Amino acid sequence: MSAPHSSHSGSHNATPAKGFYGWMEARLPALSLFNKTLRDFPEPKNLSYLWNFGSLAGIVLVIMILSGIVLATQYTPHVDMAFDSVERIMRDVNYGWLIRYIHANGASFFFLVVFIHMFRGLYYGSYKKPRELLWILGVIIFLLMMATAFMGYVLPWGQMSFWGATVITNLFSAIPLVGEGIVQWLWGGFAVGNPTLNRFFALHYLFPFVIVGVVIFHIWALHVVGSNNPLGIDVREERDQIPFHPYYTFKDLFGLSVFLFFFALFVFYAPNYLGHPDNYIPADPLVTPAHIVPEWYFLPFYAMLRAITFDIGIPFTDIVFVEAKLGGVLVMFGAIGVLFILPWLDRSPVRSGRFRPLFKPCYWLFFVCCVFLGYVGAKPADATLLGLPLQWFGLLGIVYYFAYFLVLLPFVLPKLEKVPELPVSIADAYSEKSSGKQKAAKEQNPTEEGQAE
Amino acid sequence: MKPQIRMAGGYGFALVVVATLVVVATLAVAGTIRPATAAEGGKAPPKQDWSFNGALGTYDKAALQRGLQVYREVCSACHSLKRVAFRNLEALGYSPEQVKSLSAEYEITDGPNDEGDFFERVGLPSDRFPAPFANDNAARAANNGALPPDLSLITKARAGGADYLHALLTGYREAPAGHEVPDGLYYNEYYASQQLAMAPPLTEGQVEYADGTPSSVEQMSSDVTQFLAWAAEPELEARKQMGFKVLLFLFVLSVVMFFATRRVWSRVE
Ligand code: HEC
Ligand code: HEM
Repeated sequence: MSAPHSSHSGSHNATPAKGFYGWMEARLPALSLFNKTLRDFPEPKNLSYLWNFGSLAGIVLVIMILSGIVLATQYTPHVDMAFDSVERIMRDVNYGWLIRYIHANGASFFFLVVFIHMFRGLYYGSYKKPRELLWILGVIIFLLMMATAFMGYVLPWGQMSFWGATVITNLFSAIPLVGEGIVQWLWGGFAVGNPTLNRFFALHYLFPFVIVGVVIFHIWALHVVGSNNPLGIDVREERDQIPFHPYYTFKDLFGLSVFLFFFALFVFYAPNYLGHPDNYIPADPLVTPAHIVPEWYFLPFYAMLRAITFDIGIPFTDIVFVEAKLGGVLVMFGAIGVLFILPWLDRSPVRSGRFRPLFKPCYWLFFVCCVFLGYVGAKPADATLLGLPLQWFGLLGIVYYFAYFLVLLPFVLPKLEKVPELPVSIADAYSEKSSGKQKAAKEQNPTEEGQAE
Repeated sequence: MKPQIRMAGGYGFALVVVATLVVVATLAVAGTIRPATAAEGGKAPPKQDWSFNGALGTYDKAALQRGLQVYREVCSACHSLKRVAFRNLEALGYSPEQVKSLSAEYEITDGPNDEGDFFERVGLPSDRFPAPFANDNAARAANNGALPPDLSLITKARAGGADYLHALLTGYREAPAGHEVPDGLYYNEYYASQQLAMAPPLTEGQVEYADGTPSSVEQMSSDVTQFLAWAAEPELEARKQMGFKVLLFLFVLSVVMFFATRRVWSRVE
């Protein structure tokens, strides 16, 4: 795990240590592992605040696990009692409302943080060699998060819990031949019922620890290849880097404070804003809600699921290759599947989008497209835009989503983009930037000490 | 041979992300992209200036007490309030003795006793409000097939919350010409389908308030709405007060950490 450039690593490793540290080191080198990962780990000195979101995601994961365990001490996974037990937590358990609102809003913020983390990676080419595996582990984490959040939302057993579970598990029935069997196997019966709720609770408790496991590998991989940076160029020399502590510990703690401020804003002042009122109605298999909508972070995927409203086959015949329902499922899983092979799809030798003039507009259009798909997912299936069915625009968004990965990145952009002259040194670029800043500050404010932010 | 580097790029990215979040949040607040909700179809309820709105909002205890009276004398004929215990009413400003005598006005079915029989006994503060009907089928049978929902969570279970409830209770009108309202249904423009099975529950002067407040429909509706908002979110006051302190702390912490980080980083060339 030792990085090639580790003169910052202090002296603990060099000379045999004494005292408790030395005693531990000789038996179990856990403290030096801690030191290497959180203290001496060399990072590029030019990371922007977008590099805060990885450690932030890790902290949110811990918050989710802790609040979740506390909730589990009072929650009852039974169809007749789940809703009541949650209300008991809200009303009769000391600070139960606080724990529950932290956990419910924490899920939303977890996705927000990870979305930013992923879009950062997409922009700066952090998925490219040598970080392919690091990226793939991230996508696995993302899949696990989606499964965990979906099952968690079922647990309070409100109307959206029940109907969301029904709609999503029914998707698997689209799989030819074995679909129906799989769905019944998932349900543990012939409909979403008590066995479904029970297993969702069991798995919802399990998956976060699986995520922890994958995160450990994710960070392990990070420590082998090192962080990317906004310039996207490799670290060349020692002065390109600074040790994690104190520089990034402080920066991360500052980021954490700001994050917690916004998180608390929701937990204390708008705890149900991101939720759906229907989930405060106990589940009723006999009453279908007017509109079944998932949580906001699933909306783009929900839009994909619903966008395919036609069977795909040979026109003017009865021959159908892919039924509409299966089409939607394939599109949705394909949208995540394509992320797995992204490192080999993007063939530009340049990592950072900053130096890719044509990539930039394509990237931002992709970003807008994802947000727009979220909008489509939030609207009823028969909504219109400019007098045309919204679904058509959704289809357009999906086409661009896949075109970005399968056409633009591998074929179009590398052909059209000239390889630019990249900066050579992170250190030079950094000092140029900070001296430029100081100069600008002096010009503006000649008498002051000349520190501007 | 200096490479041209546009350093602003890093901030550009952050700016776009933040701008997107702000735009999406604003649209969401403005209601344009609020996901489809149950109340869709009904008229948007006008916003009210409730005492419990705002960063340090609190419940108006006098209004809650009047609202309790409306619930007990009117709504409780049809609607249960099963998640509220009598002991919770101390939050409305009642003393433990007052709560005790109030709960004693109710008969509670308990059991089985040592002989295996169910029996009636006087209510205790630890009991919850008893339901008006033995079960949902009995409630439906008494209400033309419609089920009066439990009211403990009603302001959280409807888009628009307290505003919606108040609008609904005061929103009964003559149906516009050409709008056929089937027998047993009543026209109300705030209800999702514009017609519901609850007859207008409030009429002028229906309740004689203990504190002498004139009982207009508007007044009773406002009071019972505030009471039910409390029933749905009894933790609201504690939550907002704690939130204020937490936010203040996190704000100061953020400022301190900002300067500390800048100080640490000033060493980096
Ligand atoms: C005579 C019986 C009766 C009384 C008294 C009554 N309700 Fe109702 N209420 C009903 C029925 C029946 C429904 C179901 C309506 C439907 O499903 O169409 C209902 C529905 C409701 C709803 C749900 C509306 C929605 O959005 O779905 C609310 C809220 C409500 N009542 C509040 C009250 C309040 C507050 C009072 C006291 C002021 C009250 N009701 C008094 C019978 C009653
Ligand atoms: C539980 C969720 C996750 C946690 C806790 C987590 C944690 C981290 C941490 C601590 C870092 C280092 C700091 C940083 O570069 O920001 C990191 C880097 C990285 N993560 Fe994640 N991550 C998570 C999810 C994801 C996902 C979903 C993806 C993408 C699919 C991803 C892709 C990456 C990549 C590519 C890097 C290296 C980035 C670089 O150095 O430029 N991560 N992660």
